[in-house]
Amino acid sequence: MLSTLKPPVSERDHIQGPSSALIELVEYGDFECPHCGRAAISVAQLQAELGDQMRFIFRHFPLAKMHPHARKAAQAAEAAGAQGQFWEMHDLLFKNARALAIPDLLSYANELRLDIARFESELTGDVYSARVQEDVASGVRSGVNGTPTFFINGVRHNGGYSLEDLKEGLGVAGL
Amino acid sequence: MSILSPGNVAPDFNLPTRIGASVKLSDLRGKPVVLIFYPADWSPVCGDQLALYNEIHSEFEKYGAKLVGISVDGIFCHQAYSKSRKLEFELAADFEPKGKVARQYGAYRDGDGYCERALFVIDPAGVISWSHLSPIDQNPGADGILSALEELTQTASQKSSR
Repeated sequence: MLSTLKPPVSERDHIQGPSSALIELVEYGDFECPHCGRAAISVAQLQAELGDQMRFIFRHFPLAKMHPHARKAAQAAEAAGAQGQFWEMHDLLFKNARALAIPDLLSYANELRLDIARFESELTGDVYSARVQEDVASGVRSGVNGTPTFFINGVRHNGGYSLEDLKEGLGVAGL
Repeated sequence: MSILSPGNVAPDFNLPTRIGASVKLSDLRGKPVVLIFYPADWSPVCGDQLALYNEIHSEFEKYGAKLVGISVDGIFCHQAYSKSRKLEFELAADFEPKGKVARQYGAYRDGDGYCERALFVIDPAGVISWSHLSPIDQNPGADGILSALEELTQTASQKSSR
């Protein structure tokens, strides 16, 4: 049973790297998951090594029953994204995975000099809750089996998330 | 030994889930059942197979499906594990005689003494409509189960529209 990405990457996604890249790496992740935090380091290393050969996409998969702050953190990334700083918030959240309560999220928004009033009202108003749930539903359909789950060129990567494991996955995908 | 394939009647069982409670497969007729055989409670990763199913429980409920996890762990172990992971579905103890039910489904690992990572979707009449054996170290996710449940629902609506 081959688990494949559904739906494929589109304009609704958060994408780093050019669309011409030969390698497409998609992560379903949770900002409160320690494994995802470590995986973020591998991904950053991979991006530094591969440059424009790879594009990276992040989709939300908050395991909310295990991680009480994960869903709000995902929404915070979306709220920052609405102000053009999704990736900056993504990095801050992973860096501070142990401090993800609402006041923490507000302080990160402050650090990024976002429009705080807007950020706060969108966050407390659950404006991006449906957007996050769309990602979760697509993850379930795609065969996400925990966090992080990676897809390399649309096919689920069943190995680990260390730099070496991800590189091996890229090789297995025939690149 | 291979796992039971679609078309077979799902062997009935009556297994304890906690003190004074049990789950009997034939009592669940009328709705789809998802049987999840798994090696053991307390797998040390975050977002393991059962935690994932628990997280997306509402996706299964859309199909009216009942989830039952089965391992060879005893009820006290199941209770502690269930509480720790806040599981919203039952875990059945295939504990005495050990692995009896798993064997009937072809989902017991003789050398290891625990269950395979095997999934069965059972239709409302008690017949296996889908089964899947996953490599023991590979979490199968939920996409296969959901597709199987979707197919069941479609077949049922085709029949009723005839």
